[in-house]
Amino acid sequence: MAAPRIVIRGLRKSFGRKKVLDGIDVEVGVGQSLVVIGGSGSGKSVLLKCILGLIEPDSGSIRIDGEETVGLSRADRARVMRKFGMLFQGGALFDSLKVWENVAFGPIQSDHIPEAEAKEIALAKLGAVGLTPDVGELRPAELSGGMQKRVALARAIAREPEIIFFDEPTTGLDPIMSDVINELIVQCVKQLGASTISITHDMASARKIGDRIAMLYEGRLIWQGPVADIDHSGDAHVDQFIHGRAEGPIRMQVTKG
Amino acid sequence: MNVPLVTVLGRMTLSFLALTGAVTAFATRGILHCFEPPIYRRQILRQMLEIGYYSLPVVGLTAIFTGMVLALQSYTGFARFSAESAIPNVVVVSLTRELGPVLAGLMVAGRVGAAIAAELGTMRVTEQIDALTTLSTEPFKYLVAPRIIAAVVTLPLLVLVADAIGILGGYLVGVYKLDFNEQSYLRNTTDFLQVMDVVSGLVKAAVFGFLIALMGCYHGYNSRGGAQGVGTATTNAVVSASILILTANYLITELFFAR
Repeated sequence: MAAPRIVIRGLRKSFGRKKVLDGIDVEVGVGQSLVVIGGSGSGKSVLLKCILGLIEPDSGSIRIDGEETVGLSRADRARVMRKFGMLFQGGALFDSLKVWENVAFGPIQSDHIPEAEAKEIALAKLGAVGLTPDVGELRPAELSGGMQKRVALARAIAREPEIIFFDEPTTGLDPIMSDVINELIVQCVKQLGASTISITHDMASARKIGDRIAMLYEGRLIWQGPVADIDHSGDAHVDQFIHGRAEGPIRMQVTKG
Repeated sequence: MNVPLVTVLGRMTLSFLALTGAVTAFATRGILHCFEPPIYRRQILRQMLEIGYYSLPVVGLTAIFTGMVLALQSYTGFARFSAESAIPNVVVVSLTRELGPVLAGLMVAGRVGAAIAAELGTMRVTEQIDALTTLSTEPFKYLVAPRIIAAVVTLPLLVLVADAIGILGGYLVGVYKLDFNEQSYLRNTTDFLQVMDVVSGLVKAAVFGFLIALMGCYHGYNSRGGAQGVGTATTNAVVSASILILTANYLITELFFAR
């Protein structure tokens, strides 16, 4: 097997006295899809944001293609970010821009591709997620939740990234639209040959888009393994989570961490 | 309350110092990004339109009524010792030195400072600022720097317009209500006007523009906690910008005219 794309060792992050990440060790291989599951407020988003450099971890190492990215300068960070695409939970589309301008944002602003050419790329990517060119002229606020997710997906893949993160891609969608988005994700990822990390608490989505699953609980990855093994993990926490039981070793934290 | 006064004072001092440090660091980073390429020209133009052009009506209205009321009030005062001829002079000096920049600054702080904080705050809360970073775009360069540049450039222009409209307001009241001779009113206006009066006003305007954009961006960029957080950010942006404008106004006046 080729050297892994992402290697994380001993990653720790606390907010005040609360340890959100307490020693995370995980790796993602080339073309591999890792799904991180865990309850709300278990630190899944913090994990992604640490890898993206949006949050500075307290300690630990994050290597992308062998390059240490913790403590990277802003200029180097921008270069590393070129490898990434990210689908945000709420879409995070720029509402001052048209849909196609959103998708073309990376190509135009960061890769300095001429606008006309970038628009063609954008329309092609919109087509890849099943949206017609006339949608490109609308504003994000005019779209339904499912459409916004599609546009956000198109924007995430517009620069043909090698690594894509999905932050709860199906939250807030009906089951059918969720499945449509899952299908699109699987299709796009396969086409690009990208490595992905997805965070979700939707088990249907996790089974569909993941090769491997890791469960985050109290700042640690308490279990990780191939998707097929999740049903006989032998871990009471994992069993409780994937079956969605209120009773079990996990007691839900109610306040926000 | 059992907490001793000293503890409270100490805590307030510490949080004030922390805030000052955070704002200074934010400002430094913002200013550096104004000079470092890439410069987003389209963003700057858009912000100039937003901050300058669309503020013209509110600033113009403020200016004309200020000029009018200045003429009227100084008449009631000066008539008591037959110094009516000084009215044009008083109007033009007060407007260019003080009222033009300060009132325009305060109006723009309310209009633009609030808008900046609300926009950036919403972008923060909906992860749009994080999204910028993941698209290899530095948020300070794309969001903060254009607003600072636009505000620093357009506020002096706005104040020039406000000065002119304010003087017109004074003229209208002087000539049509207080029966001044048209020529002598204008002559009195221009004769006593010094370059320094206008220049000091424009310097003030540029500083106020910087403060408005800085406060709007700082509070918006650092807002958290959903709709309520954005609301707080907006309020803080306007209040802090207004206080800083009034403080800076005194300091700049002291620099220019205290000899």
